[in-house]
Amino acid sequence: MHQASTGIAAFLAAVAAVTVAHAQMDNPQAGIEAYREALQDGNPAELHEMAGEELWTTPAGPKNASLEQCDLGLGPGVVKGAYARLPRYFADTDRVQDLESRLLTCMETLQGKDPKVYIDASFTAPPKEEMNALVAYLSGQSRDVAVTVTPEHPKERAMYELGKRLFFFQGGPYDFSCATCHGQEGTRIRMQDLPYIPGHEGAAAGWTSWPAYRVSNGQMWSMQWRLNDCFRQQRFPEPIYASDATIALSTYIAANSNGAVMKTPGIKR
Amino acid sequence: MIEHPMERRQVLTLLGALAAAGMVFPRMALANWDKAAFEARTMDEALKALGAGTPATGGDVQIIASDIAENGAVVPVQAVSKLPNTERIAILVEKNPSMLAGSFDIAADTIPDVTARIKMGQTSNVHVLVKADGKFYTASKEIKVTLGGCGG
Amino acid sequence: MGKPMKIRAASKDGVTEIKVLMNHEMETGQRKDASGATIPAWFINQVTAKLGDRTVLQAQWGPSISKNPFLAFRIKGGKAGDTVTVTWVDNTGDTRTDEATVT
Repeated sequence: MHQASTGIAAFLAAVAAVTVAHAQMDNPQAGIEAYREALQDGNPAELHEMAGEELWTTPAGPKNASLEQCDLGLGPGVVKGAYARLPRYFADTDRVQDLESRLLTCMETLQGKDPKVYIDASFTAPPKEEMNALVAYLSGQSRDVAVTVTPEHPKERAMYELGKRLFFFQGGPYDFSCATCHGQEGTRIRMQDLPYIPGHEGAAAGWTSWPAYRVSNGQMWSMQWRLNDCFRQQRFPEPIYASDATIALSTYIAANSNGAVMKTPGIKR
Repeated sequence: MIEHPMERRQVLTLLGALAAAGMVFPRMALANWDKAAFEARTMDEALKALGAGTPATGGDVQIIASDIAENGAVVPVQAVSKLPNTERIAILVEKNPSMLAGSFDIAADTIPDVTARIKMGQTSNVHVLVKADGKFYTASKEIKVTLGGCGG
Repeated sequence: MGKPMKIRAASKDGVTEIKVLMNHEMETGQRKDASGATIPAWFINQVTAKLGDRTVLQAQWGPSISKNPFLAFRIKGGKAGDTVTVTWVDNTGDTRTDEATVT
């Protein structure tokens, strides 16, 4: 009996292997899925998570303080699950903040650093590398945690509505909007599926997989960087880092994906 | 549909790099780095440098990889040998100017099953070469490299 | 001295699986920067992995190994508490060694 079941299992495994191979040949998308699956184990974002944890715990700035007392919304120093609840309203700043704008607040108040240095730096410059590493670490602390972004505070609701308007706002030299790419279901660019952001599934596909390590250039991309690149591709003026416009868009996408499980930091083509 | 100037440049740079007629290596820090094998420009040269001649084919060597790589900068490849006394496993990319990506010396208690990630300039056959009991064996697979859209 | 590696080593049913992520640019020496200048070749060319004092894998790499290399392999033997040591050397002579405890 045991031998028989082993034999059947081996046969089924062989059939499955052949089926997968054929599926990959018949359907390029299956090949892409197999490729993405192979990348999951050993995501170099883990190297950035290590760097980010060190930045979080190491005293720095004029006040020679670490970020460990930073309040990301769940109380000072609580990092587990905090990212999955952002963006949210913070009473101390009287603003809705995403992870990156909140980190700037903590760097200014706890460490005495000038946020402008971090805001103005290009995405590949050392100050932004710090931000991207911190984001890798903190998003990793929300891996497998469900997104809980339900705009209730009036400023959160206003941010959601602003984000929605920005998403559909059409303009620029190409007369483009976010919705041009992400406002229809079942579209793609070359081999990349374009998530339908107004819907739960599409919003979740995007929101729960960024920030991410990009294999094409070996860079760790934060959500702010990802959004900035969307505007750059639309030939819009690029939004200011951690500005309300970017936080509004993140609020829109995060709230649309409410309940989905975080897979951050992700790994992308 | 949508051009992506930065990524396009990067793709072209990678292709240009791998298509360059020769790869010039600086002075190597290690004496036991197999310069001749890494600088080989044809499969015959590479196999010769590795001491392989004409390796045998058969089911005891496997290459496990997806049929398509979404990006040639990172292509996961698993190289497996079922042969007793496997001493070495090498991964070669036929259409890379420097074909040998890497070689792995397998100790007695190490299972001859190694996973690494390689760069591919274009769609190519990828070969796994195994040395076992002093003899050479190979398995091959074509991996297609695609160009992507924007953010993924 | 290079940046730290991430090493995971887990033992199950008498087999230890080792997974290593290395922090390295792996420059081919063929790419050009924004000003058109060639970016010099800079890549790991030798990797050694040990379980305790025993060398279990030695690799030679060329510049076709991807940036931030990932390496996974398995060894017969090894148990929780054993030490795995991985060392890389690159073509400029830089080197890095990190350790992990088998879980």
